[in-house]
Amino acid sequence: MLKTRKRLAGVAFAGCTVVLCGCASAPQAPLIPPERALSPAELATPSPIDVYDPIEPVNRAIYQFNAVFDDYVFLPVVDAYERVTPDFVEDRISDFFSNLLEIPTFANSLLQLKGERAGRAVTRFVVNTMFTLGFYDLAGARGIEPIREDFGQTLGHWGVGNGPYLMIPVLGPSNLRDGTGILTDFATYYFTLPSAVADARAYQGGTYVLYPIDTRSNVPFRYYQTGSPFEYELVRLLYTQRRKLEIAN
Amino acid sequence: MRRTAWLVLLVSAVLMRPSLAETVADYGYPFVDPLEATVLGTPPPHKAELPEEVPSEIHQLVIYPRRPVPEIFWYTARFEYSLAAQPGRAPLVFVIPGTGADYNAAKTLIMQRILYQAGLHVVSLTSPVHPNFVVSASSTSVPGLITEDAEDLYRVMRLAYRQIGSRIDVSAFHLAGYSLGATEAAFVARLDEEQKAFDFGRVLLINPPVNLYTSARVLDRLFDDNIRSEADFNALFDSMMAALAGAFEQTSPTTIDEDLLYAIYRTNPPDDATLEALIGLAFRFVEANLSFSADVMTNAGFIVPRGIELSTTDSLTPYLRIGLRTTFEDYAREMLYPAYKATHPEVTFDEMIEAGSLRSIEEYLASSPKIGLMHNEDDIVLADGDIDYLKSLFGERARIYPKGGHNGNLDYRDNVADIMNFFKN
Repeated sequence: MLKTRKRLAGVAFAGCTVVLCGCASAPQAPLIPPERALSPAELATPSPIDVYDPIEPVNRAIYQFNAVFDDYVFLPVVDAYERVTPDFVEDRISDFFSNLLEIPTFANSLLQLKGERAGRAVTRFVVNTMFTLGFYDLAGARGIEPIREDFGQTLGHWGVGNGPYLMIPVLGPSNLRDGTGILTDFATYYFTLPSAVADARAYQGGTYVLYPIDTRSNVPFRYYQTGSPFEYELVRLLYTQRRKLEIAN
Repeated sequence: MRRTAWLVLLVSAVLMRPSLAETVADYGYPFVDPLEATVLGTPPPHKAELPEEVPSEIHQLVIYPRRPVPEIFWYTARFEYSLAAQPGRAPLVFVIPGTGADYNAAKTLIMQRILYQAGLHVVSLTSPVHPNFVVSASSTSVPGLITEDAEDLYRVMRLAYRQIGSRIDVSAFHLAGYSLGATEAAFVARLDEEQKAFDFGRVLLINPPVNLYTSARVLDRLFDDNIRSEADFNALFDSMMAALAGAFEQTSPTTIDEDLLYAIYRTNPPDDATLEALIGLAFRFVEANLSFSADVMTNAGFIVPRGIELSTTDSLTPYLRIGLRTTFEDYAREMLYPAYKATHPEVTFDEMIEAGSLRSIEEYLASSPKIGLMHNEDDIVLADGDIDYLKSLFGERARIYPKGGHNGNLDYRDNVADIMNFFKN
């Protein structure tokens, strides 16, 4: 059983472009089938582990890139940020960005015809912004917890499937539907802001520098920390199942 | 009241049992069902107060400098362990984690906090059946035979101490293990009697299986009795997801942790079949990691085709799927035994399994005053008669709790106090 092996010689991260090269069938020693393998019938039974992942070699390369990026760039910056910023200030910054997310949540709740949830987003946004400028989640403290809705969920709500699984550079696990959602939400957000705000240095620094750092510092996940050789599969499975729940709620 | 309870206990212990093993009365741990205890651990209000985090650093060791590491294990080529150092002079304790757990696993961190709180330097290791150990520290890369694993662990401890010893002030050495790590600790302690690299003062075994092979079979059955086909597996998965969905209805939880599981349990307690399948599944995942790593390291052709050189971009999904269908018995018969037989042709399979049992070193365990045992009456990984055997073996050095399942009560108030006391005397 000679199998053609796809070989990834290098990953170039330039403008989210991944260069796949060297797709050649190399001569190899013949493979001896293992003692244990799933039967063809078992293999054909769909399993939740088998998430649709047609560009898996590319995704795996990006997964590895993200791990290295995390180690050498992202996490050192996040650690420095956490060291110099008092916990209290970190929490205020997290609350501030969390409050801004009520805007896409409101829009997407409407798109899904979820009145209660749209109302919740408005209430939270108005209360938090009026009393604390968004720096403290007053509404949450009073029991009005955030429930996020994004455009990926809106698409899913109206029956759009996952599409191919995608590992996005720096951002992490996603799929075609949710990746489209991220871009759409970002564009909506960007174009609804008055240009005086969108072009301001403070806004840009906040969005492109502080926001990713704040987000990463709130995500406990570390690449390869499960110790399992199947971590890629695990992350893919949990991401997919989690989105399923978020769409259904 | 408490006194009477002790008296009743003492009388019944003397009258009904040949041993003096101490069974704990008046024990307030909440879960009566050992399956619930095993999955849910100790609910927040019953947990002991421990520091949330202790100052610890991660160290790396290269144990076999000339060993080639396959490309797919690039991230785990060096052996990792953690050190939580006390500022001044203190005893040092090595912690051996449970099956497939590493120095950073939830229960290993609990041990670290307890022992650090007790005033010890804590070196947390990684289980010999964890992929990092298989790749970087196991002499055969096919672990699971406790006599050999104990030697590998002992080597790691010596190298670790050589690396960090000059930076900490150590007054004595102790050893602790939980679950499989406890069984391994017993063998390491015996090894230390001969080699005396540390001359351990106190050795604490928490919930050891008497025999890894037998306990693994119990856990494998929990899975196989409930999951007979791919379709059953899918059904289990759906029911787990349905349970989680409840938690997502009112809020957007950011992490799936013990607290979330406990919240789900309170609103929607799972039945025993689901709990059994969950415990079995968690164990199977550990086994899949072990089988795959050992197979790739030795090119044994167990679940991976022989001769293939996997790259970091190859899909491993088919190996995970077959790994989840592979039991420890399969691994022992088809990987462990052939590897062992190559160097010990006269040893039968049954003899190999027996050599990894606590029974094979029972004379040592019965006579060594430094060793203490903490165990639970209802531990699900024990076979029939095991708990009575352990009670009679350890006598008054055993502390047996009536509840707790397998390690569910590790950070329950009384247990934490008992662990701390063990190392204080």
